[in-house]
Amino acid sequence: MRVSLSWLREHVDLPADLTVEQLERALVGLGLEPEAIVDQGATITGSLVVGEVRQIEELTGFKKPIRHCLVDVGAANGTGEPQEIVCGATNFSVGDRVVVILPGGVLPGGFAIGARKTYGRMSKGMICSARELGISDEHAGILVLPPDVSAEPGDDARPVIGLNDVVIELEITPDRGYAMSVRGIARELSHALDVPFRDPGAVAAPGATPTPAYPVEVRDPVGCDRFSARVVRGIDPAAPSPDWMVRRLTVAGIRSISLAVDITNYVMLELGQPMHAFDLDRLRGPLVVRRATAGEKLTTLDGVARVLDAEDMVILDDTGPISLAAVMGGETSEVVPGATVNVLFEAAHWDPVMVGRTARRHKLFSEAAKRWERGVDPALTLVAVDRAVALLTEYGGGTVGDEILDVDHVRPLAPVVIDADLPARRIGVPYPAARVTELLERIGCVVAADGDRLTVTPPSWRPDLTDPADLVEEVARLDGYDNVPGALPLAPAGRGLTDEQRRRRSVARALAENGYVEVLSYPFVSTEFGEALGLPADDPRRAAVRLANPLSDTEPLLRTTLLPPLLATLRRNVGRGQRDLALYEIGVVFHPRAGAAAPSAMGVHDRPSEAEFAAADAAVPHQPWHVAAVLAGEVEPGGWWGAGRPASWADAVEAARIVLDTAGLRGERVVVRQGERAPWHPGRCAELVVDGTVVGYAGELHPAVVSALELPRRTCAMELDLDALPALPVAPAPRISGFPPALIDVALVVDAGVPSADVQRALRDGAGELLESVRLFDVYVSEQLGEGRKSLAYKLTFRAPDRTLTVEEAVVARDAAVAEAASRVGAALRA
Amino acid sequence: MTYRNDPYDPKQAALLDPSALKEAVTSAEMAFAHAADLDALAAVRHLHLGDRAPVSLARREIGALPPAAKSDAGKRVNEARRLIEAAFAAQQVELERQQAERVLAEERVDVTLPWDRRPRGARHPLTTLMERIGDLFVGMGYEIAEGPEVELEWTNFDALNIPADHPARGLMDTFHLDLPGLVLRTHTSPVQARTMLLREPPIYVVCPGRVYRTDELDATHTPVFHQVEGLVVDKGITMAHLKGTLDHFARAMFGADARTRWRPHYFPFTEPSAEFDVWFPGHRDGPRWVEWGGCGMVNPRVLRACGIDPEVYSGFAFGMGIERTLMFRHGVSDMRDMVEGDVRFTRAFGVEV
Repeated sequence: MRVSLSWLREHVDLPADLTVEQLERALVGLGLEPEAIVDQGATITGSLVVGEVRQIEELTGFKKPIRHCLVDVGAANGTGEPQEIVCGATNFSVGDRVVVILPGGVLPGGFAIGARKTYGRMSKGMICSARELGISDEHAGILVLPPDVSAEPGDDARPVIGLNDVVIELEITPDRGYAMSVRGIARELSHALDVPFRDPGAVAAPGATPTPAYPVEVRDPVGCDRFSARVVRGIDPAAPSPDWMVRRLTVAGIRSISLAVDITNYVMLELGQPMHAFDLDRLRGPLVVRRATAGEKLTTLDGVARVLDAEDMVILDDTGPISLAAVMGGETSEVVPGATVNVLFEAAHWDPVMVGRTARRHKLFSEAAKRWERGVDPALTLVAVDRAVALLTEYGGGTVGDEILDVDHVRPLAPVVIDADLPARRIGVPYPAARVTELLERIGCVVAADGDRLTVTPPSWRPDLTDPADLVEEVARLDGYDNVPGALPLAPAGRGLTDEQRRRRSVARALAENGYVEVLSYPFVSTEFGEALGLPADDPRRAAVRLANPLSDTEPLLRTTLLPPLLATLRRNVGRGQRDLALYEIGVVFHPRAGAAAPSAMGVHDRPSEAEFAAADAAVPHQPWHVAAVLAGEVEPGGWWGAGRPASWADAVEAARIVLDTAGLRGERVVVRQGERAPWHPGRCAELVVDGTVVGYAGELHPAVVSALELPRRTCAMELDLDALPALPVAPAPRISGFPPALIDVALVVDAGVPSADVQRALRDGAGELLESVRLFDVYVSEQLGEGRKSLAYKLTFRAPDRTLTVEEAVVARDAAVAEAASRVGAALRA
Repeated sequence: MTYRNDPYDPKQAALLDPSALKEAVTSAEMAFAHAADLDALAAVRHLHLGDRAPVSLARREIGALPPAAKSDAGKRVNEARRLIEAAFAAQQVELERQQAERVLAEERVDVTLPWDRRPRGARHPLTTLMERIGDLFVGMGYEIAEGPEVELEWTNFDALNIPADHPARGLMDTFHLDLPGLVLRTHTSPVQARTMLLREPPIYVVCPGRVYRTDELDATHTPVFHQVEGLVVDKGITMAHLKGTLDHFARAMFGADARTRWRPHYFPFTEPSAEFDVWFPGHRDGPRWVEWGGCGMVNPRVLRACGIDPEVYSGFAFGMGIERTLMFRHGVSDMRDMVEGDVRFTRAFGVEV
């Protein structure tokens, strides 16, 4: 809502010396958020004066007409001599008064004016167009002041052209429909600054006459609970809107169309009552106000042919729908500039929910619709009609019809009963009962006290005041939010982070400290992601949640794996010149519930039952937390110490192990085995198993995936389902022996296809309790070993808790270990 | 005096002569001092302290002396030997010291050489900022509540007093799923509803998380962003408690001089409602008020929809955007920096904010 301060001043006695800062503070304190307050006088600096054209010399020999003018600017130029100015416009004559900016002045946009030689003549200043002055888009010629304007050459031109005003742009919250008007804003400012307010809505307007102004039948008094109308006949169809009205509409962002239409918009801005002007002679038969029938058609004023919905309200005449009620009029009945002589003004009151739906359905968020949706005072229709006919006859001539139509089904607002101390109890400020009453009365409520209880009837313009809490807010707001003191509530002893929250943090920290950089990718993925990752047709990850209105039609799905968005982030970094990358992400993935139906609607007047909520909640996709990491380039860069080490499948597996270890999962509980899973390389994919359950995969990506996604060669990745990991166990403390260890190395030859993890497990199981640790320190392949054989060298550390082991004891244990490996995986001691 | 059977040359008795002993000491001291290293020192040791060294030979002569002279000569020999041994030990210590010094000098390296063989990782500042906020409130006794990102429309809107035709619902720019009744949550407030459905008051929770609106990514907008929301429901909760909590929060995040101020505003789920600014002394463009978030007293309609009796309990709620907080706290000027996952941005924040 944009409005000029001068308009507000007509209804509220603002202090003459009110500064922009004071005004802003008052509006902020009221909750009318000023988005901008522009002192228009300050948008042009320097001498902007009225000038009278004394002499015009047409210069010839140029591509366009150029005039050298002498303009009387009084004493404003310091000499009293006429100012010589070169001008490219021709829409003025000797004797006209114009607006002149003298050298040194600056027009809006930082356009500095100087004295300069142009077209062979001196030009000392400029004669301005309305657009150059920033007051309208008119730039067909320079601004010529009307003859009746009383201003002398040399006078400051700002007040003459309305540039001495302050324009306020406010963001009005959805609950305060009444503040979308000069009336509402002026009223609010009167509260904030404690100055008198004159309500333009409180004037006495004549009521309905026995004979209506026009036959109207309201068939749906729920959709339209009030309909008022009056006729003006015989206006001058060419009568222009007065400048001041056009200026105020322009400030509000409304284009001037014709006098009658401008008046409806002007009254809407002033009172908050949207109106419509029909060309009386274009109406055919009586008007009917009803719901549309589905499929009815109407071409609205914006030229769009619309198909109506059964919920829309329409106004019809004998020809059919002529207006999409409350939102936009139709072409067939609109006032025609320059032609219409008889006007029917309509001011009605519509159901805000209906208007909101209609506006959304037809994407027609007109100024009227915005007001209807937020709530319009239903008591204003006759005042608005009266104001409109008065303005029209004043500026357009004609006669006002005596008949007044008013179909009124408006029901009064229900009173709200509150304890007088409720505001004090909710806000923590001890407002006395008298203060509560005073503040509520100030905004127009009628307050009846009954002991400690107040019965508060809101004024007709405040349909938002329905609950005790609404009244509490008004008391706190008007008394001032700054008066609310601070106090800390005492929370009960909390339980700290949950195990899952703690684990996510630890995992995130562990990965970061192992060189991975956290990213937070958008979860949107394309329909092609399954193909790109090479997922089998029946892979459950292909079943993705779909958005009805995605930002991009190419990415309508939500991720079922963290990898596609994470790999896209990797690629973006590569594109920016990063070669060595290790990224990770912790986030949720989305798995639709198979066969889920749309959740059924639930009420809000009481909590839904457990069963009801559980049934609805069952439609919500499963959203487990995952962790994923991707690597490319070198995981350890080269340097003066030597060559770097490229990231490999083993780093990805290690990243997964880091996550599991951080979650307290290590040793026997974690099994890493050869896996086969898209999008990984079939020979370089590890399957991570915890307590017998697969929790994720790690390794090098399939070359086809790397190629399809345009990733660096041998990009590696891991992804684990964090929610699938068992809770952090209470780890049993190990027994630490102080006796010396016995170290024995063994080299075992096995078939190349035997997983080293199996060999190691056999050694561990066979060695018995004396084995403290086993570590693979060499993997060796050679011709001597034979085709398809490999040698694995282990360092076995034996130690007893209670004695120094003898060599014989250690050897016995080693032999047992080797024997177990021999029987399980056919391992032979290397000769 | 005849010592016919004495195997020693009588001349040798001259070794016991005080001047001879002094000579032995002096020559030993000189020899040791000339030893340039520990090997050289070891090489000359036997000449002065070995069996054939003057002091050793002098000791043998003592037996030939008359008893009266023995004691005196013994003292002289012992003294001389002690001096020689001391000279040796001193030189040995000195040479060891020199050798250690030499080794240290030889082992000198250029410590300014880089050693970034294992590049450090980093956590995303949005995550760590949410954790920092969470920790503050956990320290006050709050718990961290979470909820799904794909939500029921009921929890995202209806339960929060945003009925289907409410203008505020249109302002939210909601992502809808193809299954009606489900949305990507537009704020963290549905976690409030779930928490109230799940728990009995007193409720003291903060809800950090990801939220979604259909804004295109640009310097100031992102369709995916983060909020932290606080909810308290207890007996006797007032707006003054909200004020005190926000002021405390502001001080913890922005320093002892920080504080908040309110501007009346409208949110369907709170009544009264306010937007709040924080006085941020450390702003990169100088101390100033910065818009921070929204807050208010939980609307009794919301309490009722979640099964809490508004006659018994009242509550407050507040929330703010994490991106916005990071932007002004750290001087981030472009939203895209926080979104695109460029490692150069994230690395600058390390593992804590």
